[in-house]
Amino acid sequence: MQKMPAWADAILVPLISLLLAALLSGLVIIGIGEDPIAAFKLMVDGALMRSAGWGYTLYYATNFMFTGLAVAVAFHARMFNIGGEGQAMLGGLGVALACLYVPWPHWSLAILGSCLAAMLFGAAWALIPAWLQAKRGSHIVITTIMFNFIAASLLNYLLVNVLRPQGAMDPATAKFPEPTHLPTFRDMFSTSETILFRGSPANVSFFFAVLACVLVWLLIWRTRLGYDIRAFGHSEPAAQYAGISPVRITVVALLISGALAGLMAVNTTQGEAERLILNSTEGAGFIGIAVALMGRSHPLGVFLAAILFGFLYQGGAELALWTNIPRELIVVIQALVILFTGALDNMVRMPLERLFLSLRREG
Amino acid sequence: MQGGKEKGRQDTAAPAIELRGISKAFGAVQANKDISISVQPGTIHGIIGENGAGKSTLMSILYGFYKADAGEIFIRGKKVQIPDSQAAIATGIGMVFQHFKLVDNFTVLENVILGAEGGALLRPSLAKARKILTELEREYELHVDPDALISEIGVGKQQRVEILKALYRQADILILDEPTGVLTPAEADQLFRILDRLKAEGKTIILITHKLREIMEATDTVSVMRRGEMTATVKTAETSPEELAELMVGRKVLLRVDKAPAKPGDKILEVENLRVVDDKGVARLKGVSLDVCAGEILGIAGVAGNGQSELLEVLGGMLGATGTIRVNGQPLPLAGKGADGRARRAAGIAHVPEDRQRKGLIMDFMAWENMAFGYHHDAAYQSNSVLMDNGAIQRETAAKMERFDVRPPAPRLFARNFSGGNQQKIVVAREIERNPDVLLVGQPTRGVDIGAIEFIHRQLIALRDAGKAILLVSVELDEIMSLSDRIAVMFDGQVMGERLPHETNETELGLLMAGIRGEAA
Repeated sequence: MQKMPAWADAILVPLISLLLAALLSGLVIIGIGEDPIAAFKLMVDGALMRSAGWGYTLYYATNFMFTGLAVAVAFHARMFNIGGEGQAMLGGLGVALACLYVPWPHWSLAILGSCLAAMLFGAAWALIPAWLQAKRGSHIVITTIMFNFIAASLLNYLLVNVLRPQGAMDPATAKFPEPTHLPTFRDMFSTSETILFRGSPANVSFFFAVLACVLVWLLIWRTRLGYDIRAFGHSEPAAQYAGISPVRITVVALLISGALAGLMAVNTTQGEAERLILNSTEGAGFIGIAVALMGRSHPLGVFLAAILFGFLYQGGAELALWTNIPRELIVVIQALVILFTGALDNMVRMPLERLFLSLRREG
Repeated sequence: MQGGKEKGRQDTAAPAIELRGISKAFGAVQANKDISISVQPGTIHGIIGENGAGKSTLMSILYGFYKADAGEIFIRGKKVQIPDSQAAIATGIGMVFQHFKLVDNFTVLENVILGAEGGALLRPSLAKARKILTELEREYELHVDPDALISEIGVGKQQRVEILKALYRQADILILDEPTGVLTPAEADQLFRILDRLKAEGKTIILITHKLREIMEATDTVSVMRRGEMTATVKTAETSPEELAELMVGRKVLLRVDKAPAKPGDKILEVENLRVVDDKGVARLKGVSLDVCAGEILGIAGVAGNGQSELLEVLGGMLGATGTIRVNGQPLPLAGKGADGRARRAAGIAHVPEDRQRKGLIMDFMAWENMAFGYHHDAAYQSNSVLMDNGAIQRETAAKMERFDVRPPAPRLFARNFSGGNQQKIVVAREIERNPDVLLVGQPTRGVDIGAIEFIHRQLIALRDAGKAILLVSVELDEIMSLSDRIAVMFDGQVMGERLPHETNETELGLLMAGIRGEAA
């Protein structure tokens, strides 16, 4: 028996969770002597009311969509890929190599090449933990966390010692050549009279992220591989009964997950920085976990949650810029959102289920 | 004579348990509806009903796991509140669960005092418990070595430990939930002797079961539950299995399986010298050989855990082994990629696994997704080389649910929302409708209501009559006896012997199941 209607499960629960997180955040802002209403208004103004604000919100959302999808795909196979951060870093390396060492004639070809490189490098970084999990039973949570550190150190070494142009002072690659630069929203949507998305980093990779959402949806719910992944995730003994190889599904699901995480680098590295810098992922790999949790591992949910977190990121930056609210508080707000939408999901869900049940009994 | 004694008790003593108007709803489902019963002290009272009839809910209310929405509980004439199991124990109620709650690496004694240690130091309570236990054992003939590890004694003895646990806590009302599910017929008989002894000492016993035979053999009175309601309470001596079955299901039920004699054809499935050693190095199958012919049901009898599960899993491609398996004369690989479930299906072997909830179904998949499970690579289920044709699967599911009378016939309902019997019908429909050459069936009617049992048995007979080979594993001896055309008994990873159902009886099979070969063997 269904405890409550699907719409309540998909919309009402996260909405109430968000509201609770917002209320608590408001209390914290009052606690440090600021006006929560004004703060919220500033966040909305800064992130959603101007096209430049949207340009930032969607830029962050692009990252979170890729990493959120990465975590979601692994979730469907009941695996917790915490290594999105490291896989995205390696994806960045792939993008940098593709952009620097292949003479692309045009950005449209360059982005295909860099996407491929990002996926290959991200997937490769997930391969060893995946293999260890599938063959040796080494827990994926532990190994992927460790691989995040290895990735950071590896990039540090490569950027300082190998890829840094001679004479440059910062640990980064050379600027990517002109033909690889991706069109930004400003290039795409501005007309001669009005300039939109001025100065904002959102670029064509946003559409690739949306496309990835659609493809992941197809993969999970319409293909045999997706069926295998979900069956394995729900019950390993049943998967074995059906002749689904646990080793194969573990490895394949994590390769897809790693490839999706790697794709994020196309947005940050090729789309925004146009060179590979240290720590270009800025924690987006971890935000992806919250995005997948909040989006309930469904691509549409991931899409919406990614935009919400993009808003929080951009709104938070505005707060730090224009008020005395310290930047750290934004982390607190984000943490509250994650806490309420992810970890405390049942706190909202169970009373709601009871409410619906009692309504139905009376009705 | 016995009746007279009972009557005398009734007049003098208040009922040991009296429930008045107990109701309990889970959401829209009314699990218990205005239930009233009264159980006299010193009697064995049976509660029988189909799965989901509300037996377990009622007992969980009595044991403090659930709180009733309405109604009152009287123990020995006194109204009581039972908010949790601690309170139930305090009022003298003990429960023996279907799945034992014992710590494997503790001794019998340690298990008995677990949760009732009575102090920070173990030594004094262990000494006290040893004394009480010895007395209890003498009084009720519950022979168990107090220093044996649980992992080293058999299930029959483990069950006695559960009973001792309850007695140690001074229970004088014992509830046993499906106590014979894991026992051999001989062990079950011993259990009933112990229960008689307990009754003679004035204990009150509630026996929950779905086996009509046990009710008839062991109880004084019996209550029948159907769809959350108590449909009747009768004296066992004044009823018959047929009447009870009818009260349970609400219509006339055929208890015997109606079938024509088998016409066995060629050997379809041949198994030779099958051996399995598990991860711990323990041999689970020790050279099993058997054949199943076309148009024949070979029943494998045996107490759970004697290699039947491993045999099914090897044949179904879930477990590696050594030896030979041939289907229609073709040898099948026993390890590696060609030996998985998918390859077995391709070779014409379908499999209704023993544990439908863990293996046969994905409980969080909808019925239609489950109807393709294991066959989801079939060309008929694909729209093109990339995407599956979910619409085709749903249409086919709707038709199969119709044919197998799955209720409700809703392809988009999640598997977990069907009753046990209907879940099993989904699995059986999926496997039988494939028209396999060989059908492996494990515990086809475990946790399945009587109406569905009848239906599933008819389907198996129909498949047999269509000339297919069926290998049936069941711990229900009745089921083996009535369905099989030939019976093989397994004990300790070996086939102890084969018998024809009309030439054997439960006693002989029971001995074989306990590993004792009779003079006839």
